[in-house]
Amino acid sequence: MTQPIITLRNVTKRYGTHTILKNINLTLEPGKFYTLLGPSGCGKTTILRTIAGFTDATDGDVLFAGDRINDVPANKRNVNTVFQDYALFPHLTVAENVAFGLTLKKRPKPEIAERVAQALKLVQLADYGDREISALSGGQQQRIAIARAIVMEPQVLLLDEPLSALDAKLRRQMQYELRDLQQRLGITFLFVTHDQEEALAMSDEIFVMSQGEVLQSGSPVDIYDEPINHFVADFIGESNILPGKMIADFQVAFGGHQFECADAGIPVNEAVEIVIRPEDLTLTDPANAKLTVTIDTQLFRGDYYEIAATDSLGNDWLIHSVNPAEDGESVGITFRPQDLHVMRFGEKEAEFDARLETYETEDESHDEP
Amino acid sequence: MTNRKTWLYFIPYGLWLALFVIAPVGLIIYQSFFDLGHHFTVANYGTYFQSATYLKMTLNSVWYAFLITLFTVLISYPTAYFLHQLKHRQFWLLLVILPTWINILLKAYAFIGIFSQAGLANQFLTFIGIGPQQILFTNASFIFVATYIQIPFMILPIFNALDDLNPAFINASKDLGASAWQTFHRVIFPLTLPGVKAGVQAVFIPSLSLFMLTRLIGGNKVITLGTAIEEHFLTTMNWGMGSTIGVVLIVAMIIVMTLTGDQKPKGGTPR
Repeated sequence: MTQPIITLRNVTKRYGTHTILKNINLTLEPGKFYTLLGPSGCGKTTILRTIAGFTDATDGDVLFAGDRINDVPANKRNVNTVFQDYALFPHLTVAENVAFGLTLKKRPKPEIAERVAQALKLVQLADYGDREISALSGGQQQRIAIARAIVMEPQVLLLDEPLSALDAKLRRQMQYELRDLQQRLGITFLFVTHDQEEALAMSDEIFVMSQGEVLQSGSPVDIYDEPINHFVADFIGESNILPGKMIADFQVAFGGHQFECADAGIPVNEAVEIVIRPEDLTLTDPANAKLTVTIDTQLFRGDYYEIAATDSLGNDWLIHSVNPAEDGESVGITFRPQDLHVMRFGEKEAEFDARLETYETEDESHDEP
Repeated sequence: MTNRKTWLYFIPYGLWLALFVIAPVGLIIYQSFFDLGHHFTVANYGTYFQSATYLKMTLNSVWYAFLITLFTVLISYPTAYFLHQLKHRQFWLLLVILPTWINILLKAYAFIGIFSQAGLANQFLTFIGIGPQQILFTNASFIFVATYIQIPFMILPIFNALDDLNPAFINASKDLGASAWQTFHRVIFPLTLPGVKAGVQAVFIPSLSLFMLTRLIGGNKVITLGTAIEEHFLTTMNWGMGSTIGVVLIVAMIIVMTLTGDQKPKGGTPR
């Protein structure tokens, strides 16, 4: 493992009696795209502000390349921020905004001009240097905010929900551009968002947060396929979450039946929750089915039908299918053992990882869907 | 229907505009073209611009108004900045605003008491061994009291400008490596300049025509345009000349408004 660029060690943040961050530990390696994902108020922006130096940790250490920077003021830290509302200076032109940090460093004028031009080119707004900030659209302002930050050549770029003010189409386009930019610059991005789709699309690693804690961290695929608890499963993507009971290793019961699954290391008869992603469910005729459900309603989503159904025990099911079904029809659904994911109540990430170690020698049981 | 309603709403404002803005300004301009014998003439303007006394008076007015405005800004900006950092800032601001609710004459008379031979100020000077000084009826005391009276009108717009300033700008500036001072003079001050300009308008223009203070505190040593107008209307009864000076004041106001107005560069709308 390479030397981490940012490390948070037991970071806690309290305002009075209100705890915003509870004992946060996280490590960012150079050159990767990280995302802090969580609902608003979960503390993700506070983490960003702690790293940027706008707020200080009540407890714990913030390390930059191994050095403790808790007491280093924001203007002396080698990180830059793209703010949620961009915070572009309205009294300066686009070029003056981008040059702001360099002029503070008293760089020679030709160098400033060249680096500003380069940064503007990088965000594809090369001809916009003389414009007023107020004359730019939201998407353009967003890019200028990025240019203003990357022109400083920081080792870490912090992005605070920078896409939230853009419309859906532009947001998708900016996701590609941000990812591309990060790969070209080769610097660490720490991206804050409450949009799970954004996080899944762009990140090397996601930290899922709730109420001041990091619940789970891992690659987008890991988090999507193996959510650690109800919250993560529900927050990331659509999912069917059903109460169940562990029968034996690789055997679980739910919906009135017993099924083969890919999880082990859980005590027999323990109450658990089962996650099945709607796209892993296949409609079939009741004869070959693992479960039979009755179709309630369906919505046409363009590339698939979103079907709501109920099984004989009254559990709700959400199914994504390329083919439509009939309302009120009784259909069978089927799935593969590896499509089931078993979650224990109250299991922490470390315990989950340790349990996985015990039976997952090779990753054969967790192939991609 | 909607049109008629809009017109109804316009009536109070229209009346106000006609009776208290257009009519007085028109009357002043009209009066300024008549001499003592009620003959139409432009001689008043000739007198004004050829008389060393009037020109010096104008210069005096502008100079003292400038000094008052300058001291007011120098005191008000740091004060507003400090107040804005405080926890119960609206309360502290109220304390600054409070004196403006008291009539200016009352405050002037209070200062006569404080600055007089046996007043509080001289008692203090005697106590620390300097001995009583002539404080009242000096230019310094005039500027002091005028500044004191104008300060709230400067603090308020600056405070509001600071209040409107998005704190993200300050963070962004720090983020890009600016020290506290660099953040202040490159971001905070330029972005709160509209507040300072509004304050300058609110202080400089009234200061041009201060007249009660010049008499009560300044001892009529400084004759400003305000004093001159009063003399012409009430003592010499030369309304024409008084109106001419009034017109000069109106022009001065327009000049100050233009200089401190929002210049919109390259079609941008300033925040």
